[in-house]
Amino acid sequence: MPKRTDLKKIMLIGSGPIVIGQACEFDYSGTQALKALKEEGYEVVLVNSNPATIMTDPELADRTYVEPIEPETVARIIAKERPDALLPTLGGQTGLNTALAVSEMGVLEKYGVELIGADEKVIQKAESRQLFREAMENIGLKVPVSGIARNMDDVRTWGEKIPFPIIVRPAYTLGGTGGGVAYNMEDLEAIASKGLALSMKSEIMLEQSVLGWKEFELEVMRDKKDNCVIICSIENMDAMGVHTGDSITVAPAQTLTDREYQQMRGAALAIMREIGVETGGSNVQFAVNPENGELVIIEMNPRVSRSSALASKATGFPIAKIAAKLAVGYTLDELPNDITRETMASFEPTIDYCVIKIPRFTFEKFPGTDDYLTTAMKSVGETMAIGRTFKEALQKGLRSLEVGMPGLGKKFETCPQDREELLTLLRKPNSRRLYAVRNAMRCGVSEEEIYETSFIDPWFLRQIRQVVDMEEKLQEFGLKQGLDEKNPELADLLRRAKEYGYSDQQLATLWKKSPASIRSLRKRLGIKPTYYLVDTCAAEFEAHTPYYYSTYESGDEVSPTSGKKVMILGGGPNRIGQGIEFDYCCCHSSFQLRELGIQSIMVNSNPETVSTDYDTSDRLYFEPLTFEDVLNIVEFEQPDGVIVQFGGQTPLNLAVSLMEAGVPMIGTSPDAIDRAEDRERFKRLLKKLHLRQPLNGTAMSLVQAQEIAEKIGFPLVLRPSYVLGGRGMDIVYSMDEFERYFRESALVSPEHPVLIDKFLEHAVEVDVDALADGEDCYIGGVMEHIEEAGIHSGDSACVLPPHSIAPDLVEEIKRQTKAMALELGVVGLMNVQYAIKDDEIYIIEVNPRASRTVPFVSKATGVPLAKLATRIMLGEKLCDLDPWSMRKSGWVAVKEAVFPFNRFPNVDVILGPEMRSTGEVMGLDYAFGPAFMKAQLAAGQVLPEQGTVFVAVNDWDKPLALPVVRKLHELGFRILATRGTATYLYDNGLPQVEPVLKVYEGRPNVLDFIKNRQISLVINTVSGRKTVHDSKDIRQAALLYNVPYVTTISGAKATVQAIDEVRTQGLQVRCLQEYHAGQDN
Amino acid sequence: MKAILALEDGTLFPGESFTGPIQAGGEVIFNTGMTGYQEVLTDPSYAGQLVCMTYPLIGNYGVNPEDVESDRIQVAGLIVKECCKQPSNWRSSQSLPEYLAEAGIPGIEGVDTRALTRHLRLHGAMRGILSTEVKDTAALVEQARSIAPMQGLNLADRVSCTKPYLWTDDGPVTVDPASFTWPEGGPRLIVYDFGIKWNIHRLLADQGFVQLGVPSSFTAEQVRELHPDAVFLSNGPGDPAPLTNAIEAVRELCEDFPLAGICLGHQILGLAQGGSTYKLPFGHHGCNHPVMDLVTEKIEISSQNHGFCVDISNQNHLKITHRNLNDDTLEGFEHREKPVIAIQFHPEAAPGPHDSRYFFVRFRELVRRETGK
Repeated sequence: MPKRTDLKKIMLIGSGPIVIGQACEFDYSGTQALKALKEEGYEVVLVNSNPATIMTDPELADRTYVEPIEPETVARIIAKERPDALLPTLGGQTGLNTALAVSEMGVLEKYGVELIGADEKVIQKAESRQLFREAMENIGLKVPVSGIARNMDDVRTWGEKIPFPIIVRPAYTLGGTGGGVAYNMEDLEAIASKGLALSMKSEIMLEQSVLGWKEFELEVMRDKKDNCVIICSIENMDAMGVHTGDSITVAPAQTLTDREYQQMRGAALAIMREIGVETGGSNVQFAVNPENGELVIIEMNPRVSRSSALASKATGFPIAKIAAKLAVGYTLDELPNDITRETMASFEPTIDYCVIKIPRFTFEKFPGTDDYLTTAMKSVGETMAIGRTFKEALQKGLRSLEVGMPGLGKKFETCPQDREELLTLLRKPNSRRLYAVRNAMRCGVSEEEIYETSFIDPWFLRQIRQVVDMEEKLQEFGLKQGLDEKNPELADLLRRAKEYGYSDQQLATLWKKSPASIRSLRKRLGIKPTYYLVDTCAAEFEAHTPYYYSTYESGDEVSPTSGKKVMILGGGPNRIGQGIEFDYCCCHSSFQLRELGIQSIMVNSNPETVSTDYDTSDRLYFEPLTFEDVLNIVEFEQPDGVIVQFGGQTPLNLAVSLMEAGVPMIGTSPDAIDRAEDRERFKRLLKKLHLRQPLNGTAMSLVQAQEIAEKIGFPLVLRPSYVLGGRGMDIVYSMDEFERYFRESALVSPEHPVLIDKFLEHAVEVDVDALADGEDCYIGGVMEHIEEAGIHSGDSACVLPPHSIAPDLVEEIKRQTKAMALELGVVGLMNVQYAIKDDEIYIIEVNPRASRTVPFVSKATGVPLAKLATRIMLGEKLCDLDPWSMRKSGWVAVKEAVFPFNRFPNVDVILGPEMRSTGEVMGLDYAFGPAFMKAQLAAGQVLPEQGTVFVAVNDWDKPLALPVVRKLHELGFRILATRGTATYLYDNGLPQVEPVLKVYEGRPNVLDFIKNRQISLVINTVSGRKTVHDSKDIRQAALLYNVPYVTTISGAKATVQAIDEVRTQGLQVRCLQEYHAGQDN
Repeated sequence: MKAILALEDGTLFPGESFTGPIQAGGEVIFNTGMTGYQEVLTDPSYAGQLVCMTYPLIGNYGVNPEDVESDRIQVAGLIVKECCKQPSNWRSSQSLPEYLAEAGIPGIEGVDTRALTRHLRLHGAMRGILSTEVKDTAALVEQARSIAPMQGLNLADRVSCTKPYLWTDDGPVTVDPASFTWPEGGPRLIVYDFGIKWNIHRLLADQGFVQLGVPSSFTAEQVRELHPDAVFLSNGPGDPAPLTNAIEAVRELCEDFPLAGICLGHQILGLAQGGSTYKLPFGHHGCNHPVMDLVTEKIEISSQNHGFCVDISNQNHLKITHRNLNDDTLEGFEHREKPVIAIQFHPEAAPGPHDSRYFFVRFRELVRRETGK
């Protein structure tokens, strides 16, 4: 069936900001879908609030709405654009839920918009726990014993029927939000009440625990003619009970016989048909009883998912692209397999390697949270590794994680060595379980015992055991025989070690040599990696897609290309502080290289990204970003240049060693990078340029730290180079706090210096992104932060252009930026952070690389900074490129950060110098107010236009709060305040303020008001430990009950301004193309 | 123990034996299925072949008494990247190395199976020797060259049963044709055993057929004497062309009985109906081949295992029913007038997807229509 011609305009909903459970995989799938639809000649309308996505590049869709993804806004866009169809299955759970919401609102019917891919009924059938269970019963498939609860009475009734432990699964939520495992009635009530509150439909499922069962997933595709294929099977190393996003997973399934696998395949196909997913990709999760093979269905997602992104990268089959084409009417046999070209998409990929995905966690950023993995996802990123064996893939995966582990082996200092402690760790799933398994084996714990405590399948344990045994063998060999190159056993063993995925670094540690000497020994013995293809067909057909992985095998099937080529190093797994923004830059650089006719070679290990899509670059190496792995590729490909400035800190950290190894680096020199990063060298540079930075010092001991503290004076920002238990930067206001910091959080010694800076209170922070070519400098954008200095720039909202800084100060900031760019000899991108206090400009930090804000600035100004930076690195000059002429303006862009606090109960939401946001959104409008309002809305904060505001601010902020509250009062808000705040406001001419009790002052207190949903906005600022502690409950309640909250006075000011402006003007939707063309509507 | 695979073109693939000292020869082919090695090992269609599994980790789930397709291992040898010695699966009763060693079938691991697969794809299937006598490789290559080539080789007669047998729930039970009487039950089916996979029997039994397996040498006359309702032609190894007796018998039987064939049975039917066969460069061996049923226009993902292909382009009395969507080769046909259907691929799967099981239903309906039984 050819494509549908009755459709002309198709709308796509993205997934919005990066949050836990919904990351750049939806940019990857959305981008593929957009390209696929455009290729077919459809006009495409896109909604996505995330500016750091490739899909929101204005060239991709015809109409790109960087607007909040929420039903009202989407309805407005539909009314304006009148698309023929809405494709809801490519924007994650957000896209699906929003589509369902607008459908239920009657908007689609009203404007005659057809849901393609999956309609309302299908979405409901798959997402509603009850309908799904009924559907499974219809086709004779088992689901765990379960009950649906819509209120607490239901919960208690089911709690008596289903044996504990009981799994709580809220319907229609993302990544298992609000779910958990209850071991008793008390647990159950606590988890269930939260789950009910978080579920879009107040519906939760209570389910018989299948903890300890094996977990599997299948990725399925179906077309209009009911042709179904399985793209990939995935087996979780972690047993049931750990969210699949937090599990270490392997593709293909390893421990199923064909009979069992086909039974699962048959079930997946039956589910697709029963649920009625008309076209596209879906994912089905299974649990298997390891005792007898009993199979139960856990859930299915009628959409492209994180697992399907993984399956695409694991097999080479572009699920999202094909899903988009199926949605417009094609069938699988009409679509070619891009990789083989001669075969069609109607087949099931087969692979001849092993793929492993390992999640990356950041518990250290959220002190107070247990490192405990359950059914609610907590990881912030993941890495994927490919090897010819599980062992090789596992070790490659571990070093790709970039958590200081060069593989499975030594250096697990943070993991206990004690048998009992290890067994406890194994019993309770956590982020360090793999190290615990390894250490337990070293302690002599048997595989049986490890299995019985961890339920990790014995097959995985034995694989790990082989790696552990190899470690012992290697160590012993080194001790007894030394590294005599003439000994043939050495070459054999070394080759075997490499086949087991051992890195040079690991071997160096075991043999007490330098990694460099291992490398040269290895090369002298002729042990070098081979590069093999990811080809969907296990070499049965010739493959054309240049997607490679390294392994230690005999066959050479890839040869380096000729012609000019440049290699781009990606950012590795997402983590807080390094995510999609950097991938965006890497992709842009690659696009630019291809436009210039230069071959682009991408190296990355993150399966969620666009950069690891096989058609982003001329060649893709899916490899760990370590010195060894990168240098291997460089030696193989011999690129003309290597770019390190786009992938964030990961490639930057490799810059110096790569340069020393003779790798041709292009862009800013590693020495210039060092000059900006080394405190002393940077100080001298600023002195030379007569620029100012906050007073600072570096302490090697506690005594020295105290001396510096006394000299500079409080408050101080403290930044350790070595961290205990995860605490990083902190701001201290007194000697007490200062001493406590060193006691509890940071180690100070000559090896672990602590950096001490004067903290500039109430300073305005400014971020600048600039391009430089050594001779000239282009200021990409000056962004004024909404939150004041002291809050991590990644966590602050910011506005471009600045809305309250005097023009001469902006000019001065630009001048200083240029001076530093030229002095450092920056070639490419640079980011500077400034603080302005009392009209003085201070330099906080300079990073001669792409920053997190590059995509935001590029989108806000229409100047593609990363692309231009690439051209500059290749030798072009700014004066010729003329970015000044590309710049578009006339509107305001606001960036807001998005936080994962709802994933980490008990963690305070107060912002500080430690970055904790996972993503960002952009609000665009012609004035600050509406732009800010949109950014808030996109970040999930629905600012009220009327209602009651609760205000509790610290003494410092009280005078500043006065005008804010006065304005709120004028706007007709009812004002509640804590006694102290109320008294101050009352005394200063606001008699209408009503005092309300704090939590410990009695009842009813502020929490009661929040829980009764009588408060529509919370303004709460704090300083000092005591008030932080006292008011934490308020912020937690606001978070839990989804009441918008502001924790800074500057934020409050912006909020009120936004409410004011929007009340008079309302919110309009406009696409990027309209802004860029200077249209208003 | 060090071992080597020597190919007839002189290419050598080193590895290690996991079944002790070994020496075996055969045609080297690759199979792209990621599961189902036990079914592959026991499939008589692989007789005389050294099977290279392209999925690198083989043996993970061990072996069990149920997943067998005949009463013994049929392959000449197994070539893998890494063989698992300690399997994990609730049904596993033995490890793969033990299973092979017990049967005296060689297994070699540590081979760069992807390099081998590419070699076969680029240069075609070829003969090879697996050996732990690794010193004189030139001699091994010579031995490989002395193996009889697959083309023209009558392998089916070698793996076929020697005496007729009745298929029961417990497997085959040998019977004496002179005193044989059909047990009560559904339609009576003569199943030609050219090296049949037991799952064909199991699925035919599910359709209610009472099955009598007969040797490949059975004549049409012998079949007629047994008064069956229908005839079924099984899969089997190698080249169909030398099976002249079977082809002749089938030509006659087409006149009298509803008839269906799978794989080698399909090829024999093709030849019996005037078509020809030719060797594919490296065959189809895997679980992921898309086939379109031209009747329903639906795609099925099929299990395939054949090195030869049927050409019926000039046979107007035959109608193509199935095509391979990868290389457009013939995958199934039917007779325009007679109740004769055949498919090249494996609807019985084992291993592979179950998409094509309808073939047995279709055959059952055909028999019902023709015979009223």
